[in-house]
Amino acid sequence: MKLIFEKSSAGRKAVELPKLDVPEKTDLIPTNMLRNELSLPELSEIDVMRHYTESSKKNFGVDNGFYPLGSCTMKYNPKINEDISRLPGFTSIHPLAPESLNQGALQLMYNLEKDLCEITGMSRFTLQPAAGSHGELVGVMIIKKYFELKNENRTKILIPDSAHGTNPASAALCEFETIQIKSNDGGCVDLEDLRKHMDKDVAGLMLTNPNTLGLSDKNILEIAKILHDNGSLFYCDGANANAVVGVVKIADMGFDIVHLNLHKTFSAPHGIGGPGSGPVGVVKHLDDFLPVPLIDKNKDNYCLNYNLKNSIGQVRAFYGNFSVLVKAYTYVKSLGREGLPEVAKNAVLNANYLMSKLKKHFDLPYDTVCKHEFVLSDKGMPNHITTIDIAKRLLDYGYHAPTIYFPLIVHGSIMIEPTETESKQTMDEFADVMVKIRKEASENPELLRNAPSTTPVKRLDTVLAARKPVLKYEE
Amino acid sequence: MDYIPNTEAEKKEMLQEVGVNDTLDLFKDIDEKLILKEPLKISNRLSEIDVRKKIEAIAQKNKLMKNFLGAGCYNHFIPSVVNHIISRSEFYTAYTPYQPEISQGALQSIFEFQTYICKLTGMDVANASMYDGSTALAEAAFMAHSITGKNKIIIPKTIHPEYRKVVETYCSMHNIDCVEINYNNGTVDIENLKNEIDDNTAAVLVQNPNFFGCIEDIDEIEKFAREKKALLVACVVEAVSLGVLEPGNADIVVGDIQSFGIPLSFGGPASGFMAVKKEHMRKMPGRLVGQTADTDGKKGFILTLQTREQHIRREKATSNICTNSALMALAATVYLSMLGKQLKNLANLNLQKSHYAYEKIKHLDGFEPAFSSLFFNEFVIKCNDSEKSISKMQENNIVPGLDLGKYYPELKNHLLICVTEMHSKGDIDTLVELMKE
Repeated sequence: MKLIFEKSSAGRKAVELPKLDVPEKTDLIPTNMLRNELSLPELSEIDVMRHYTESSKKNFGVDNGFYPLGSCTMKYNPKINEDISRLPGFTSIHPLAPESLNQGALQLMYNLEKDLCEITGMSRFTLQPAAGSHGELVGVMIIKKYFELKNENRTKILIPDSAHGTNPASAALCEFETIQIKSNDGGCVDLEDLRKHMDKDVAGLMLTNPNTLGLSDKNILEIAKILHDNGSLFYCDGANANAVVGVVKIADMGFDIVHLNLHKTFSAPHGIGGPGSGPVGVVKHLDDFLPVPLIDKNKDNYCLNYNLKNSIGQVRAFYGNFSVLVKAYTYVKSLGREGLPEVAKNAVLNANYLMSKLKKHFDLPYDTVCKHEFVLSDKGMPNHITTIDIAKRLLDYGYHAPTIYFPLIVHGSIMIEPTETESKQTMDEFADVMVKIRKEASENPELLRNAPSTTPVKRLDTVLAARKPVLKYEE
Repeated sequence: MDYIPNTEAEKKEMLQEVGVNDTLDLFKDIDEKLILKEPLKISNRLSEIDVRKKIEAIAQKNKLMKNFLGAGCYNHFIPSVVNHIISRSEFYTAYTPYQPEISQGALQSIFEFQTYICKLTGMDVANASMYDGSTALAEAAFMAHSITGKNKIIIPKTIHPEYRKVVETYCSMHNIDCVEINYNNGTVDIENLKNEIDDNTAAVLVQNPNFFGCIEDIDEIEKFAREKKALLVACVVEAVSLGVLEPGNADIVVGDIQSFGIPLSFGGPASGFMAVKKEHMRKMPGRLVGQTADTDGKKGFILTLQTREQHIRREKATSNICTNSALMALAATVYLSMLGKQLKNLANLNLQKSHYAYEKIKHLDGFEPAFSSLFFNEFVIKCNDSEKSISKMQENNIVPGLDLGKYYPELKNHLLICVTEMHSKGDIDTLVELMKE
């Protein structure tokens, strides 16, 4: 497929701009500052529409089919959310207009915050972070500021070996030393290893719960106690909150800070990699550390509150990815108190059902009740077939592949998260295909090694891309 | 509505396969006392009809007025095509293109986005987007610190105040000093810059056009940065200006592309960008898409140079950024494909209309320009009572501009006024007439 730049034809136009209706002046910008060259393409409207429609046909989303990408919670994105977020009353409002004109927007954010507090048990939330990792950064900043104000020089953040890569990266951005904590045989935090590392330098532990093996840590209350006895803070990476929403409150598990991914648990779409939204909630004694502004209510008026004593500061311009917040709010209102617990229960049921079907045919290193996802390994695959071959063969059968080679503690990880919005039939068909692929691996392994063969391109050369980077089109 | 397809009968079959009687049996790994016994205190579930009514009522509480606000969030024309493309669910319901063979659409459009950003900024390499302009600027400051090993960032007060706050928040976590530079006649005070810049300066940040709408003398600022071996980081908040302004010879160019086809949406989501000279490529945060070939030698696109990123490098990564603002970058890509070379004409409409408004307002009694520097589509006007002016005009459904006292105590009773192609001559004349009253 050609690039848009290769479709340019001199003199073509896709847009009719209004005529200048004021007297034109020359020399408003001196020539040395004036741009001489603007090498943008010239196209017609149909050229552009067809080009990107063709592009879209070479892309796979949740609406195209099953997308069991572990830890990403690729659930169905309700269409009403999209429509509501595009109401002119939401899209056409300026963040710096007088607050009296934006009362609806502030009310929606205020209500969403209240609902997130109720769902998690936290005291307050900031809705500013633009993504999960941005939320993590905010969480770590709060930890840092908290100890600074206590005049304690705590330099370490503990992170289990099953954690997302963003956790250590977020801690490092705030100049913490990251210490890896081992997982035990059951896939959870090794309490002995944790105790061994506890000292007065430990600012906190970042724990994804349920973790990336899809397991809720059985010792969660004990872990919280170990941390709190040491004066440390307990951070929950809530990327996997879909497994517990409405069933358990995250604050009740002993966490002090949590980030949620509204583009996972709360059904906002992932948008080929963003925009997301990663609100951060804290327990009461950390309210004051949240970024400014918070949304408050003053009698009948909603307002922006910049007056927080210990705030870490501002972490983005304006107030958050508002249209993502609208989608999440629409979702919470649609499901309500009855629907939200069903999310977690059905997400967990679906994952256990699929795990139960697949463990008869694939290696399952942690064979126990899982939460929203589970991790298979490529151990024991015949003919040196590895995870990448299985993943690529799934593409041929019209599925998105699971998350692969993560978490790092499982050999050839295949991390499968079906989510609650998939039907039994979809999972049955997927399981049948997985079994078929297992059979192909024995009988005709070349099918897997050469996969995918039905996609717009075949397996791509990653080494070539990195060795001689071509990162833009050049005429 | 809960979007769960399975019936009770199907769930029962599934429970049987798993070997438990009840879904709650699957939560036995969680301490029993943690399982909620009472329903959440949130509203009851709603039908689609009711949820629409409920939230439409909230949307209607927002009052839409003819406004002359810019200040980092600009009201520009958005061709219909943009929303039609980003509403295609093959795009918006997909995740990051980790499986390139079934994500060529996203990958190619990001490659096109990177190309557009390089063309507009004159840089060699652009990434796949950042959250927004403010965080892109903060990441650029980190990057300059990491490249130069130096510890001081110069941040003029002509940079968007919210951007400055974000840079300060980020830098305070990394023990990087942020030093503010005053303004003189609406642009960077060069004397103040000369006094503050030293051998420990990692970068000079400069926004152009700046927060006041004024055009900075980038070449002059560059000279001082080069003398002290500091990097020059240029920040473009009003991207339409790139249609008429030279980007300048910076080492890193960041900014926001909200102006390129992304609605105001109360300030988010927008999308940030970052572009750098080739020598800084490996220090750059964020995703990069590169061209490669498949096993048949056919051209294709793939995420590349990932050893800079958090999922490989973990604590040694250049940044923790993972999700970015890819769909908004796609909006900008479609927008730029629609506008093409006409971006220049569009920018000229902004330039001409804002100057028409400026000339009219500056002759009014009680109003005078705060600065005489060159500007693009925003300018600052001193008036007798900005609060009164703003509240009075609301009666006529107009917001005349931003009261700068919110950000600059010394600029109380100053309005930042933005005029774009969306304002007709009639709109501007009405504003001027109301100011006369």
